[in-house]
Order: sequence, then C-alpha cells, then structure tokens
Amino acid sequence: MTPDSRPALPRFVKLRFDRARDTWLLLAPERILIPDEIAVEVLKLCDGKATLAAIAATLAARYDAPEPEILSDVTAMLADLEAKGFLRDREAA
Amino acid sequence: MTELSARLRPDPARSHGIPIAVLAEITHRCPLQCPYCSNPVELERASAELSTEEWLRVLGEIADLGVLQLHFSGGEPLARRDLETLVARAAALDLYTNLITSAVTLTEARLDALAHAGLDHVQISVQSVEDALATRIGGLRGALERKRAAAAWVRARDLPLTLNAVMHRQNLHELPEMIEMALDLGAARLEVANVQYYGWALRNRAALMPTPDQIDTASKVVDAARARLHGRLVIDYVEPDYYAARPKPCMGGWGRQVFNISPSGKVLPCHAAESIAGLSFDSVRDHSLAWIWDHSKVMNRYRGTDWMPEPCRSCAHKHDDWGGCRCQAAALLGDGGATDPACAFSPRHAEVFEAALAFSEGSDRYTYRDFSGGTPEPGG
Ligand SMILES: C[S@@+](CC[C@H](N)C(=O)[O-])C[C@H]1O[C@@H](n2cnc3c(N)ncnc32)[C@H](O)[C@@H]1O
Ligand code: SF4
Ligand code: SF4
Repeated sequence: MTPDSRPALPRFVKLRFDRARDTWLLLAPERILIPDEIAVEVLKLCDGKATLAAIAATLAARYDAPEPEILSDVTAMLADLEAKGFLRDREAA
Repeated sequence: MTELSARLRPDPARSHGIPIAVLAEITHRCPLQCPYCSNPVELERASAELSTEEWLRVLGEIADLGVLQLHFSGGEPLARRDLETLVARAAALDLYTNLITSAVTLTEARLDALAHAGLDHVQISVQSVEDALATRIGGLRGALERKRAAAAWVRARDLPLTLNAVMHRQNLHELPEMIEMALDLGAARLEVANVQYYGWALRNRAALMPTPDQIDTASKVVDAARARLHGRLVIDYVEPDYYAARPKPCMGGWGRQVFNISPSGKVLPCHAAESIAGLSFDSVRDHSLAWIWDHSKVMNRYRGTDWMPEPCRSCAHKHDDWGGCRCQAAALLGDGGATDPACAFSPRHAEVFEAALAFSEGSDRYTYRDFSGGTPEPGG
C-alpha cells in the first residue's frame, strides 16, 4: 500500500451493518471480523477509486487531525487487511 | 479487529445467542461414495427432500434469525438443479454463501450461473493427490482430474477457494503433496481434516484410523508448512479424534452458534446429531426456525453447561470446549450426555486410545457409502 494505491474490498469480502447484533461486520471466507468505528469509516471510503492519499485527506478533514499521521495509521491498517486477503489495491491490479 | 467468535464469550444469563452459520444439507444424493463420509448411514431419499419453495421460505427464516453465513452442502449440493435459485435468494438476503462440493459434476456454465447468483466462496474436497487412490476412495474414475479443472474455473472467476482434504491412514502419507496441490490450484485455504468418526466414517473406522506415528508426522508437516507458507496459504488442521488429549469444542457448543438442516428439513444441532439415540428432531415443515432455535427440546438438550456431568461440571475448561462432542460420547460410550471420552479427564479416555490403536491395525478394506446400506470393497 502506497499513497497512490486505490484500495477496495474484493467482491467476496463484505462490509455490512448487522441489525440483529447492532454492529458492523466484515464478512470474509470462513471469517467474520468486527471492525472498530474508525475501521468502518476507512473501509467505507475504500471504493477502488479514491487513492489512499485522498482517503487520508478526507479523514483528516473530517476529524480535524494531522494528515501525515492519519495516512500512516490508515496505511498500516489497510496493509494488514491486504496481507490477510481482505483488501486489494486496484492500482496494482 | 476482533473476530466475532471471540466476542461470543458465554453470557451467564443466556444459554444461547444469535446463530452465526447454518449448514444446509440440501440433498444426500452424491456421485461419490467416500467411505469416510460423515453423512448418516441412513441417507434421506430424493422424494423426502424439501422443495424449492420450502427452501426459499426457510432461507428467509434463516436470515431473519440473524444468521450470517450459509454453507450449501450435502450429499452433493450440485445434484439439486435449483441450487442457483437458492444461492440467489441467499445472496439477496445478504447471507454470505459458501458451496461445499466434491466438484465432480461442476461445469463452467454452472459455475458462471452460481457466481452470477452471488456465490461468495467455494470449498472443494479431494480424496487424494493421486488418480488411482482418489478413484479407489471416492469410487468414481477420473474424479481428481475433474476437481483440478473445477478448481481452475473457480480461480479464473476470482472466487476464493478452499481445498478440503479428509485425511486418514490410507492417505496421510500424501500430506506434503496435498499442501503442494493446494498451492498449485490457487487455494487460499487448505483444510487438513483428520476424519471425524461418525456416519459412514464410524463404520469404516478400522480402514481409516491412522497410527500415532502418522499423526505425529502430520502435525510436524503442518507446522513446517504453516511457517513456510505464511501469507500464501492458510492451513486449518482439524485434530484427530481419539488420539487427542482435549476434546474439540464441537460446533462451538451445542445449539450455540450453528445448526444444520437435513435434506428433509430436520433441524440438527450438528450434522451427526441423528446418531445420538433417543433424540427426536423438529422439522422446518412443522415449526418456524425461530421457534426451533429457541425452544426445541433437542436444541436445549445439551445447551450451555447445566446438562454436564462430572468431570466437566467442575472443570475450568467447560466454557472453552463445552464438554466436547455429544455424538462421540454417544458413539463410544452409548451416552450422549457423558464427557467426551476424547478428553483425558474422562474416566473412559484410556479405552478410547486403546481402541484407536486396535483400529489402526485393522483391514484396509472399505465399505462404500450408498443408499443400499453400504457396499463392501471387492477383493481384500
Ligand atoms: C459431507 S461433505 C458434503 C459436500 C460434498 N459432497 C463434499 O464432499 O465436498 C462436507 C464436507 O465434509 C468433509 N467430510 C466428509 N466426511 C468427513 C469426516 N468423516 N470427517 C471430516 N470431514 C469430513 C468433506 O470432505 C466435505 O468437505
Ligand atoms: S464426503 Fe464424499 S460421499 Fe460424502 S457427500 Fe461428500 S463426496 Fe459424497
Ligand atoms: S472435563 Fe469436560 S469441560 Fe473439562 S476439558 Fe474435559 S471435556 Fe472439557
């Protein structure tokens, strides 16, 4: 993941709000993860079009936080998801 | 991010919560005859199967319950022509869908239709890495080639693939090649499933039971492969029955997270539960799933910890393994309510280990799974 990456969930990984449990869930093959609030905000922006840099800028503006730090936090989080196969870089594909 | 299952720590006020997954065994028909098959020896006939309309209603009830994952299994789920229709409905209901298949009857056109319907994941089972042995175990010539082709089609459509390999005395020597085959076929996950002894497998114990040496070697092979393939292939290893010191947390606890629907609509806490004598199961034909999940006698029979005998009752592990597998207790001790004898704390544990050793020296001859009560392998 670099600032130019365009992260997106693969077709088989689903972010959805589960009414029965009143929580957001990330559904993947044989796994169900509970993303925290921040992760949900980030994942909603991962549409395969926005670059990682743009996502960080959006979040920085939304939370009035320093952009470089947001960028490095978001990069780390998304790289971890990518390593697990739950996220892809459209730019690289 | 936490796993949902980790969040499901026992709540003392409730014996159960919202189920996570359902195993829909939509048919018992199957082109293969694996002697290790976990299906009941008394298979349900096609005429008893739920109709398409019944399944469509049941899928709605499944989603309403809050279930997240739906596994289509069997028998061979592809044997039902309406599989695409069922997958499409499940996907429309936001269920995460998985097809558990032997894949020998899969075609590219059918896979396209299933992918189009919204299928999320495919799990293909393999009997062996070698054609002759695969044919001997599954009873169908050319099965392995078809599975390889099917796996390639799955990957070509960017569907995630899990390879499931049921391992036993007669194929455990292939484990290293099995891991290579999973990589070759582009699987993201390999399930190395030591045979669990119920259904047809229980009948075939003498032909399937591994030796302790084989199990030692297998765990080493898996450990080494996991370290080597980190980030490339996830290997799930299902510990062998009978040789373990601690029992499996079977189904994550009876009636806690998952349930199974049989071809005719019986709701079972696990797919082998019918092997426990004296239980009678409710059907989706007679009751709503919500009622069955909360109130059916069978679901509540071994739920939580109140039913437990000693040594489980006062054991520190009771919320981790829920006393092990009820079907195993029933099969080995004739009492579904006993501590799983796979547990080293069970007073009967030593017997089970001795029995395993004896079975591991049994005859290699199989009894094949079929609708006529089983067919012995010729010769031997
Ligand atoms: C009963 S099969 C039905 C689906 C399909 N016919 C197939 O074999 O893939 C469901 C899954 O359980 C596995 N399986 C069957 N018998 C088993 C046993 N005795 N122990 C562990 N896994 C088993 C199969 O390999 C398959 O992945
Ligand atoms: S395990 Fe073998 S015999 Fe049993 S349903 Fe699957 S393919 Fe058929
Ligand atoms: S005694 Fe019961 S609860 Fe304790 S480890 Fe054994 S099976 Fe599990």
